[in-house]
Amino acid sequence: MGTAYTPGLKVSEYTRIDKVRRLPLKGEVLVKVGDRVNPSTVVAKTDLPGIMQTIKLAELLGVEPADVSSALQVKVGDRIRKGDMLAKSKGLFGLFKSEVKSTVDGILEVISPQTGHLQIRQPPTPIERDAYVEGTITQVIESEGVTVECYGALVQGIFGVGGERRGAIVIPHSDKEREIQGDDIGSEHKGCLLVGGSSVTGEALEKAVEMGVAGLIVGAIVDKDLIAFMRKYLNDPNYDIGVAIMGHEPIPFSLILTEGFGTISMAKRTFELLRSLEGKECSFNGATQIRAGVIRPEVITPLSTSPRLDSSDGKNDGGALDIGSYIRIIREPNFGGLGRVIELPAELQTVESETKVRVLKARLDDGSEVLVPRANVELIVTN
Amino acid sequence: MTEIRTILATDCGSTTTKAILIEKEPEGFRLKVRGEAPTTVESPFDDVTVGVLNAVREVEELSGKKILSSDNLIITPVNEQGEGVDLYLSTSSAGGGLQMTVAGVVKSMSAESAERAALGAGAIIMDVIAVDDGRKDFQKVERIRQLRPDMILMSGGTDGGTVNHLIEIAEMLVAADPKPRLGQGASLPVIYAGNKEAFPGVKGLLEGRVSLRQVENLRPSLERENLTPAREAIHELFLEHVMQQAPGYGKLSGWVSSGIMSTPNAVGRIMQTIAEQRNITVLGVDIGGATTDVFSVFRDTNGNSIFNRTVSANLGMSYSICNVLTETGEENILRWLPRDVSTADLRNQLRNKMIRPTTIPQRREDLQLEQAVAREALRLAFAHHKSLARGLTGIQQQRTIGDVLNQNATGATLVNMMTLDMIVGSGGVLSHAPRRSQSALMMMDAYEPEGVTLLTVDSIFMMPQLGILSTILPEAATEVFERDCLVYLGSCIAPVGAAKEGDTCISITLDGRTEDIPFGRIKVFPLAKGEQRSCVMQPAKGFDVGAGRGKPVTATVSGGEVGIIVDTRGRPLKIQTDKAEKIQKQKEWLEAMGIPF
Repeated sequence: MGTAYTPGLKVSEYTRIDKVRRLPLKGEVLVKVGDRVNPSTVVAKTDLPGIMQTIKLAELLGVEPADVSSALQVKVGDRIRKGDMLAKSKGLFGLFKSEVKSTVDGILEVISPQTGHLQIRQPPTPIERDAYVEGTITQVIESEGVTVECYGALVQGIFGVGGERRGAIVIPHSDKEREIQGDDIGSEHKGCLLVGGSSVTGEALEKAVEMGVAGLIVGAIVDKDLIAFMRKYLNDPNYDIGVAIMGHEPIPFSLILTEGFGTISMAKRTFELLRSLEGKECSFNGATQIRAGVIRPEVITPLSTSPRLDSSDGKNDGGALDIGSYIRIIREPNFGGLGRVIELPAELQTVESETKVRVLKARLDDGSEVLVPRANVELIVTN
Repeated sequence: MTEIRTILATDCGSTTTKAILIEKEPEGFRLKVRGEAPTTVESPFDDVTVGVLNAVREVEELSGKKILSSDNLIITPVNEQGEGVDLYLSTSSAGGGLQMTVAGVVKSMSAESAERAALGAGAIIMDVIAVDDGRKDFQKVERIRQLRPDMILMSGGTDGGTVNHLIEIAEMLVAADPKPRLGQGASLPVIYAGNKEAFPGVKGLLEGRVSLRQVENLRPSLERENLTPAREAIHELFLEHVMQQAPGYGKLSGWVSSGIMSTPNAVGRIMQTIAEQRNITVLGVDIGGATTDVFSVFRDTNGNSIFNRTVSANLGMSYSICNVLTETGEENILRWLPRDVSTADLRNQLRNKMIRPTTIPQRREDLQLEQAVAREALRLAFAHHKSLARGLTGIQQQRTIGDVLNQNATGATLVNMMTLDMIVGSGGVLSHAPRRSQSALMMMDAYEPEGVTLLTVDSIFMMPQLGILSTILPEAATEVFERDCLVYLGSCIAPVGAAKEGDTCISITLDGRTEDIPFGRIKVFPLAKGEQRSCVMQPAKGFDVGAGRGKPVTATVSGGEVGIIVDTRGRPLKIQTDKAEKIQKQKEWLEAMGIPF
């Protein structure tokens, strides 16, 4: 029985990545299967229908809704410009005439005889979807989008803020255990993704804005530092993260955490992989949704060649725990500890909290042996 | 039809998928084993059936019974080799549950009735749009457009009443051009449950733009609410549209012997059954990872039992744990802890639970923190429930139309803690608390029961499965519920009033012995499950246990896994503001309940 564990996050030095690039509404796909694309190639576009504005015509004319039709100067489908005459009432004996002009541009879509309202849809907003990553189109979803196939390195984080961005990977200092501080960030980091093996300070976040940094990927951040930064930057003293649906925050960079909140070091393997990619251009996204249809933040670095394809696909094969499986502990105590499973007792065991759970016994890399709830580990597939 | 002897039922929660195996024994249906596995609606699986199969495999291992075929299908019915089950049922709240927007004409009337109908069907309400809700039309249109619900329930107007306002709502929907959450290109289901005379006009506007279905008016007259047809339509559309779009649900629908039921709907059925069969008032809760559902059966002023259900989206113990923090604040969580914890640590720990929702507390201090959050989630969800669990109580009295329109003043909450007979707790944090006394204390702190109230919990969190089973095989559901599901913790006696710490509060006479219990304490009298006693309660002047201030009450109290709990901490319960005093009191109360800290 080895199913009760949290699926791990992908950390792969070379893998195939399929990115589905979908429009929010149906529209037009601009590429075809086999096309090579770069991150900025527009692969699909659509128009987001404009806002419908209601004009309470009967009220404005001072007539009954049923009488609106006789006063109308326009019909459904007409393109309306701001200031165009919409309706004129005949008045009483030619007196007390009233007229209504449009206050918006758009298309007249609805004339309601019941309410006497007109509804004018304002011009649509064009939306374009770019390829986000360098690769090849492998699938066209008719009128909706495409799948881009990309080969390269993939690092998934556990939590992020901010949306899709691109930039070169830079390690501001090589001491994995030291947090990124304000002094570590300079003008040379403009447009880059900075990698830190530990955490990042609140002061460094502000410096990142100042220097035009495109993104940061670190092990962890102290929650209060992140919230204080967001409150200040968004000018909202009540801002907080209630439900983790992130990625649309209007901040000028994206932040990706690989481990969580507090002061937790980035897993060595993740840090070493990012260090090996230093100088390379990558696509990254802080978008996170910890809900149904989970989305985790990511860093994708396209690589044209690799000594081998990481067939294990990093940490995340959805396989089962076995004796000898390499695992990482993802909750206190021993959060971040790496080791191998040495026992998988079938019976429920009582842990310190007195909770009866399925556990595993692991020998950590430092030689110590620990008993951990299976739900508190993630499986790591080693290369 | 062959006799049903073996039943498998799963509940796909947002965090965990639970499977139970029920078999017919000589004495009746009994729970055999329970298995669980993480829910798999997310990447890399994107298929709820993976988690179902994992949970069923655990059931196989624990029971020694083969249930799955070699190609990973549930064998139904039982074959000649005795493999498989006769019935397979499932409930689900995974995939975000059922998310709805409701619209009505008057916020406190038809819109509120629509809200009750949707909540009663187990939905999470994303917004309530009303003609008089104070927002500008364009703001409402923008909101409808942004929401992307699973469906919209539209109501308003008594039959023969307003037409124009319904047309206005329909115009707003046309303007918003709303899209469903799941299934790009699919049209959004809209249930029309308003004035039947307005339907032709509404249909003219909406037909072809949305998937429109008409049901009976849910408020046919000011004096009457008719929620059942709308609730049934919601349930049908949930199965037809929403479940078919969620990852793997199409496959799961093909496996089950009966339609998949939403979890809150299933639990609600069990709560109603408890109240009906025992002729009591009940308050039930199912606290999950993403949402907390509250159910109640109270009596209105005419003595009729009224069932209410609310689903508090974003109040839960894993996915939503940080929203509990946001809504209640750091201090309200920290007040329940028997030790000093910094707000920075609190926030980091809750964030880490949110981002790894399936992990469980290994250390005692982590468990205490989660149980502190649970108290606040339960309390907030109950406040939400109280605000909606109010009937049309005043309508049938003689009153003017002006009074009817002012329902806020007349539709008082039905929740009356002094008349409440039983609290039923369900959900991981209550059902799986290492000690039953921890569950009892969490419910006492969150709900503040008054007078005499029986506390119970769902033994291993199987009410959803029994809820759906009750629709197919009610006797099996009842038998398992009584024998294996409902755990009696004991009666809680709580005088209402306040005094100074140590002042006289109540005298309890039990088994011929009288004991005075001062204010500010918890005292447990051991009494085993199944035992009952007559108890004489003499409250001090200023305290009420049901008969009025200072008046004695004699009542039958029930034992259970905790015993008879006398809670003289006062109502409303006030927690000390001084940090050291607060920690000391928490330790005292935990010790009184036999909980290590």
